[in-house]
Amino acid sequence: MRTHARPWWQRALLTREMLTILILVVAWIVASAVVQGFDGPLTITYLVLDVAPVLLIALPMTLIIATGEIDLSVASVVGLSSVTFGLLYQAGLGLWAALLVSVLLGAVCGAVNGALVAYAGLPSLAVTIGSLALYRGLAVGLLGTTAVTGFPGSWTDGATENLGESPYPVITLGLLALIAVFAVLLHATPFGRNVLDIGRSSEAARFSGVDVKRTLLILFVLSGAVSALAGVYYTLRYGSARGDNATGMELQVVAAVLLGGVSIFGGRGAIHGVVAGVLLIGVLGSALRLEGVTVNVINIVIGTALVVSVVAPRIAGGLRVRRRSAVGQRT
Amino acid sequence: MKFTSVLAAGTAAVLVLGLTACSSSEEGGGATDDVSITVLPKNLGNPYFEASMTGAQEAGDELGAAVEEVGPDAASPDAQVPFINTAAQQGRGALVVSANDPTAIGDALEEARSAGTKVVTFDSDTEPQFRDLFVNQASPEGIADKQLELVADQIGGEGEIAILSASANATNQNAWIALMEEKLASDYPDIELVETVYGDDDDQTSFDKTAALLQSHPDLKGIVSPTTVGIAAAARYVSTSEYKGEVAVTGLGTPNQMREYVEDGTVEAFALWNPTDLGYLATQAAAALVAGDITGEEGETFTAGRLGEFTVGTGGEVLLGEPFVFDESNIADFDF
Repeated sequence: MRTHARPWWQRALLTREMLTILILVVAWIVASAVVQGFDGPLTITYLVLDVAPVLLIALPMTLIIATGEIDLSVASVVGLSSVTFGLLYQAGLGLWAALLVSVLLGAVCGAVNGALVAYAGLPSLAVTIGSLALYRGLAVGLLGTTAVTGFPGSWTDGATENLGESPYPVITLGLLALIAVFAVLLHATPFGRNVLDIGRSSEAARFSGVDVKRTLLILFVLSGAVSALAGVYYTLRYGSARGDNATGMELQVVAAVLLGGVSIFGGRGAIHGVVAGVLLIGVLGSALRLEGVTVNVINIVIGTALVVSVVAPRIAGGLRVRRRSAVGQRT
Repeated sequence: MKFTSVLAAGTAAVLVLGLTACSSSEEGGGATDDVSITVLPKNLGNPYFEASMTGAQEAGDELGAAVEEVGPDAASPDAQVPFINTAAQQGRGALVVSANDPTAIGDALEEARSAGTKVVTFDSDTEPQFRDLFVNQASPEGIADKQLELVADQIGGEGEIAILSASANATNQNAWIALMEEKLASDYPDIELVETVYGDDDDQTSFDKTAALLQSHPDLKGIVSPTTVGIAAAARYVSTSEYKGEVAVTGLGTPNQMREYVEDGTVEAFALWNPTDLGYLATQAAAALVAGDITGEEGETFTAGRLGEFTVGTGGEVLLGEPFVFDESNIADFDF
């Protein structure tokens, strides 16, 4: 056991989350100083609009990965919910009703994942890779290669317009509210404690009275519902409901969550780190695009950052163990 | 924890250095150009758009404009939007874009335009209110006329022909076929259209329909296929059959698909537009908009370098011209 030899402020600052925040701040300062056009008024607006769906989905994903599971079907739920929302609107349903049905459908998609993982005991990686293909297939099958467009301007503008004269889009308020909800859920409720306990040891959590199955089911339902909400936002932001909307977004979400310091093995993670992880990916993408860097290079940078963020703690952990055992032999 | 910090700080340093390196290498060139144009194809790594890009760069070099190509790796509208936003942030003079969706990128284009960037669509248009100009590759009349001209020439001006189309409800193909039927009746009295069949833009179906056409019409002299899938399948069937050299195959095709059939003599000539010229014209039009020579109003004219003078038509459209004919003499110059 390590004793807490460092002063409290060092312990507070030297966390994985603070590190991500620090890198984010450095990246922002450097980009503002070096990248032409990054310092402009549009940067924040576009950044928020671009990261909004990733940020939304990353919130429940944080909790799922903190239990040691994963949900790879999220981007396909975005597509399916986008198509559902569009088709219902086309069929003459009101937009609020279409939104509600889409989010409910997302919850059902999540419940299917959750039931297979929690109650059938199947690995979430396999289950959600399957449903990734299934939900995307349904989305594209329902609408083909066409799109539903012509949503009322009041709704599509709502998805992109700014708060008064500020550079912050109106949706920032909704995002902040959801971040707060998930932060409280994970860090200040018994449910959140259970999530982290399951991640440390599912067995131990079960013996100490945690309903592991129910907790997992709830998390997957939440993930489905929030992904569907992101799908409706996506549809309104682009004014176009398409089956191929948000293809491949699950990678960005998982990358952001892991960059934010959540352990892929479960048991540790914090919402503020994940928010910083999402923003970091957004800032890097924005700065690199402004530099005219091609999309493959952007993917390489984000992919490398992801691999490093997963591998680094492992290597550090391994080195620490070896150092400690070496010390042990000497005494 | 210490090693985590060191490693992560290292990553940060590398990323930061990367950004610095990128920007410093860029300051050398481009910054002094008056006109900056971003070209955004449907996706990168697509030979058709690489040909367009060659034309765009050529126009940029002639005009002294900085032309930059950016784009997503998948042809989806949501992936195009961040690049449109970036052009607005950079305050680029013009954006030349082939739209993956006629409305989904509309908001982003409007924002770019309100930031002062001129928007030219090429190859695939958006709804007209989202752009200043659309550079159209070909008109329906031009496509119909060119295909009749080719087939009439190849069969010696008389005899039976058949059409191998895409699906029975393909909008573009049906419009072209209707125009061809009109034109046949008025201008080609000695040519008889005996049948129109539908290969559904499926290689195997088109191949089978070609075989059936040739069996049921022993006197057939030519097949016109106004779809790239159909013409390639028809050429493949004819190239290995007794009809090779006897029955003409023409229509709309791409050089890479048709190369071997032109080389082995199955196909004499076929048409499409020239994507290099299309990129060249779109970039010239963008530069004319930036310079204020045109605003996108009907009737305005501008000079597009080696392609000569163009007039803005109805709905802010500029037409590239007649379809381009590919044959043995020029097919080696194209790779798309």
